[in-house]
Amino acid sequence: MSALITVENLTLKFKTDEGLITAVDDVSFSLDKGEVMGLVGESGSGKSVTAKALMHLNASNAVYTPESKITLHTEDGPVDVLSLKTPRQLNVVRGGAVSMIFQEPMASFAPAISIGKQMVEQLLLHSDMNKARAKEVSIEMLDRVGISDASSRFAQYAFELSGGMRQRAMIAMALSTRPNLLIADEPTTALDVTIQAQVIDLMKDLVDEFHMGIIFITHDLGVVAQTADKVNVMYLGRMIEEGPVREVIRNPKHPYTQGLLNALPKLDDLDSPLEPVPGDIPSPLERPPGCVFNTRCSQVVGSQCMSKMPRDVNVDDTHKVACHIYSEGAA
Amino acid sequence: MSDDILIKAKGLSVGFQIGSSIFNKQVLKAVDNVSIEIEKGSFFGLVGESGSGKTTLGRALLKAVPITGGGAHYSDGEVAYDLETIGKEDLKDYRKRAQLIFQDPYAALSPRMTVRDIIAEPLEVMGLTKNRTETDERVREIAAKCRLNLEHLRRFPHAFSGGQRQRISIARALVSAPKFIVADESVAALDVSIQADVLNLLKQIQAEMGLTFMFISHDLSVVAHTCDHVAVMYLGRLVETAPTRDLFNSPKHPYTKALFSAIPSLDPDDRGKAQKLEGEIPSPTNQPTGCKFHTRCPHAIDICKSKEPQLEKAAKGHEVSCHRWKELMDLVPA
Repeated sequence: MSALITVENLTLKFKTDEGLITAVDDVSFSLDKGEVMGLVGESGSGKSVTAKALMHLNASNAVYTPESKITLHTEDGPVDVLSLKTPRQLNVVRGGAVSMIFQEPMASFAPAISIGKQMVEQLLLHSDMNKARAKEVSIEMLDRVGISDASSRFAQYAFELSGGMRQRAMIAMALSTRPNLLIADEPTTALDVTIQAQVIDLMKDLVDEFHMGIIFITHDLGVVAQTADKVNVMYLGRMIEEGPVREVIRNPKHPYTQGLLNALPKLDDLDSPLEPVPGDIPSPLERPPGCVFNTRCSQVVGSQCMSKMPRDVNVDDTHKVACHIYSEGAA
Repeated sequence: MSDDILIKAKGLSVGFQIGSSIFNKQVLKAVDNVSIEIEKGSFFGLVGESGSGKTTLGRALLKAVPITGGGAHYSDGEVAYDLETIGKEDLKDYRKRAQLIFQDPYAALSPRMTVRDIIAEPLEVMGLTKNRTETDERVREIAAKCRLNLEHLRRFPHAFSGGQRQRISIARALVSAPKFIVADESVAALDVSIQADVLNLLKQIQAEMGLTFMFISHDLSVVAHTCDHVAVMYLGRLVETAPTRDLFNSPKHPYTKALFSAIPSLDPDDRGKAQKLEGEIPSPTNQPTGCKFHTRCPHAIDICKSKEPQLEKAAKGHEVSCHRWKELMDLVPA
């Protein structure tokens, strides 16, 4: 399989009144065509910012270090995403080769423009279809994602649809330009479990059909287990563990990944107490020195956790973890 | 009525009038003929999708929306009120005894008030303390109980993370020393690592202060871990109610079963086994006839479309409203 997008040494800081705030720190990963990657972490871990960087969509006060490199492999050759400047160039990654589905389906449609008009608009922008053809394609797509009576829904406004419908329409819109990469930022978090199950099923079918890559951002490990091929876990801007989904969920190595799994209520054992990860994620203004997780870690092995950033250690060929427990020389 | 029941709702209904013209008046029944009993000192879970009426039922029990049919009786040993007819003075007293914790800790706290002022406001509004020293003392006591750092009391909410904010909301709800608390999706907006922490805190406080909780959630796994008794709602009706363990070991209603199987499994090899529910919850203005669930039920037969099922006793404390629950027990192994 060929790589679809590669991210190398991505470091991203935001210029604010309080100084430079590090949001993403030296993150590297790659995604193949037809692969689904789960990006997991709690609020403030930098997962959304990382995803937005792939579309060069972060606010104008974002500063990328010179070592940061994001390469998108399209049919027309590789694109260096971070070097794109003009709106015309950026169109390639914004809605063209890369599409994004946002968390809150109510907020991501313009309320005063019909769903159909919004779908047609982006098709006109990203392809050479005429208006009539774009309408046809949009209705086909709405039908494909399971919206009944698609041609009348086409003329409706976002507030006329239920939450699940809106998220389906959002997916239809994101996919109608046939992107190579779909970024889904917490697409099911705002939905009921029954609707979430339907949307997850739909997305799985669509990966098979369109053979695109998906980056699935979520904090729900259950959703990841049901959708992803591989998982990357982020904490405070660092990638702390990555590997195939079965490996990471059955055999988590990093104390944070283990903590996340333990904190989940388990249905097969109602008596087991819930074990939260102690404390809160530190503010990005107060990044701890050494390992970023040392303020909440229950398995600190020694002074190196407080002073030295742990390097990636290979558990096996595909499973990597950044923790001093597994570093050479550590007990 | 036995002494250990705190709230007893009987045939409780809440309707909202919609449509503006006199020709176009319609009543939207958000809660329809619901009877429940909440035991003192228990954690009562209320489960259902958006639009099932769970939030409205919670608010009706707090007398925050008007009760339009049936009634609810509150009795904590000191006072007893009939909520459907409660008077103005009694209502003021009831407000001290029954409190609400909201879903979104980012929206529920005023950004212009310090944490101390937020927690103290109920005391001042209800006139529960005599002077500032007493108020401060009470605020510090409750803040410590909710594991808030006392030095943080002078800060504003924006300086806190989601978990900390939710602890502030909890402190505000507890400061008037209530007996009954409705927690409406109180952990839904939190990260899993924090969610477990807040749930543990709620349980601990409940045990320490002898509180009664109504815990509203759409997340069955959270409810399973916290609640003693669970009621499942669909389109304003109660479809099943049972002690937690009973409900989880042998769910009877097809809707309850579907809710269970929709929870994403942590096992990556367990994909796609779930029994999926088709479609969405119908609009409450255009409710189906007969059993409200028949439009989505995989087991619906003719009688389900015409006749509305009543709650039947299935086991001790376990009631279900389905025409076919007995047959289905043999049909589908739980």
